[in-house]
Amino acid sequence: MAVDKDTVLRIARLARVRIGEAEAEALTGELSNILDWVEQLDEVDTEGVAPMTSVVAMAAPMRADAVTEPAQAERVLGNAPESVHDFFVVPKVVDG
Amino acid sequence: MAANGELTGLGLAEARDRLAGGEITARELAEAHVAAVEAARPLNAFITETPERALEMAEASDARRARGEAGLLEGLPLAIKDLFCTEGVLTTAGSHILDGFHPAYESTVTAKLWEAGAVLLGKTNLDEFAMGSSNMTSFHGPVENPWRRQGDNRPLVPGGSSGGSAAAVAARAALGATGTDTGGSIRQPAAFSGLVGFKPTYGRCSRWGVVAFASSLDQPGPLTRSVRDAALMLGGMAGHDPKDSTSVERPVPDYEAALTGDVRGLKVGIPKEYLIDGMPGEIETLWRRGADWLREAGAEIVEVGLPHTKYALPAYYIIAPAEASSNLARYDGVRYGLRVEGDSLIESYEATRGQGFGAEVKRRVLIGTYVLSAGYYDAYYNKARRVRSVIARDFGQAFESVDVLLTPTAPSAAFAQGDKMDDPIAMYLNDVFTVPASLAGLPAISVPAGLDPDGLPLGLHLIGRAFDEETVLKVAGVLEEAAGFEAAPAFLAR
Repeated sequence: MAVDKDTVLRIARLARVRIGEAEAEALTGELSNILDWVEQLDEVDTEGVAPMTSVVAMAAPMRADAVTEPAQAERVLGNAPESVHDFFVVPKVVDG
Repeated sequence: MAANGELTGLGLAEARDRLAGGEITARELAEAHVAAVEAARPLNAFITETPERALEMAEASDARRARGEAGLLEGLPLAIKDLFCTEGVLTTAGSHILDGFHPAYESTVTAKLWEAGAVLLGKTNLDEFAMGSSNMTSFHGPVENPWRRQGDNRPLVPGGSSGGSAAAVAARAALGATGTDTGGSIRQPAAFSGLVGFKPTYGRCSRWGVVAFASSLDQPGPLTRSVRDAALMLGGMAGHDPKDSTSVERPVPDYEAALTGDVRGLKVGIPKEYLIDGMPGEIETLWRRGADWLREAGAEIVEVGLPHTKYALPAYYIIAPAEASSNLARYDGVRYGLRVEGDSLIESYEATRGQGFGAEVKRRVLIGTYVLSAGYYDAYYNKARRVRSVIARDFGQAFESVDVLLTPTAPSAAFAQGDKMDDPIAMYLNDVFTVPASLAGLPAISVPAGLDPDGLPLGLHLIGRAFDEETVLKVAGVLEEAAGFEAAPAFLAR
């Protein structure tokens, strides 16, 4: 299925990825080609076949709900572009 | 003391034996490899070199050995794909968006390697977030294959995404390297670089601490210069990890013990659907020769059908981007890596991700977002997962009558840097023979088996039953022996 530039821009907004005009143009063609190509999957009869969730048949393992690591805010924040005290800093989300 | 070239030319298992025999020390081996890593710089195989750490780890290794505490990989210098988090050592995933990221923790696989005594030489270059088959998409620049076509000096790609790992091991700058394989990212670069590359069964090696691309497919494994070395190194990487809920609780066998050289009575399947249009003659010939070698060794060759093979690649290019778009949502410029300021939080996210991700990553994030979006989820994503079930069923049926499958690894030898860059689908076709086993989670290995008319290495590919790494290794060992691949690349790090 072909996508148009507006669709590409809408998807990019959903994915929170800023793309420029020229980039959007190029992606429109590329994404359309890829979507065209994957459409051959419609040839496969998958009636009654369940979508695969895991290649290895195993039950989801359960673990004890227990604290395994000490509090270590300093290490958690060690790579933060900006932090104050024990918090990550982001641009203001709510006005007022 | 042995000359550097001699030490870096050893196999992993040979070096282990010499260390155990007291003929060489870990320190000598590390020094030779630190020099080789430096000499390999023209290839751009490493993003980060860790010479001081290598020498410290080697000295600690010699001390452990002196105390009688030698581990499985004691004193063996390895390169680590820069997708594995290494505590305190820059980890980039080949992306601008992870600028300056120094993990506060160690991935399970690398922690196991260090626990087994291995020595870190550095972090190797890769396609950005492991998305690619050429190593051209790395923010840290392309990697050059140490091999060249005869009479042609144009730089070739080492394959991808584990291209830096492949180039480093092929150029003798490391005895072995970790890779990760989502759709062929260990096996295709191994084939392009004249190496052995082994993707174990999904769940065999822990994914914890490995930067995620497509979680239902990603699997770590070794790149080495021999099948024995792959068996040895996998033994140091595999095992259950409670921190990865998809890691499987099974004992790790002695993989080296599987290399008996005896394949008499084994049934080897030749899937006829892998004979694709436009397959170069030399690859078809090599494939046939591989079957002959195994027949001569006493195996029975059986033609089998894997009727949905051609649908594996398009299914993969829905499932992998869908999972990637979800996994890569974490890169928001708030907690680590690059941050580009914006007037609002959302604008900061958009600017950070717009500048931080390269073209291929953006393409896949957008494809993934599209196929998961309302109205398309069933038609694309669920359809692809249904086809995935059908492909796994094909393999299950084939393995009712054969023990292992033999195919080529890649549809061509290494190509020139810059080729296939203007057509994403042409690039994706590199993985046509490796993706089906990935979708089914099966163990698969590439073994160097011959040269093309330009003198470039070609690989043969064996696929086994889930958790039957031992049969795969055993047959790979026989192929390796029969092929007698001894060619060396044009560039050696010395």
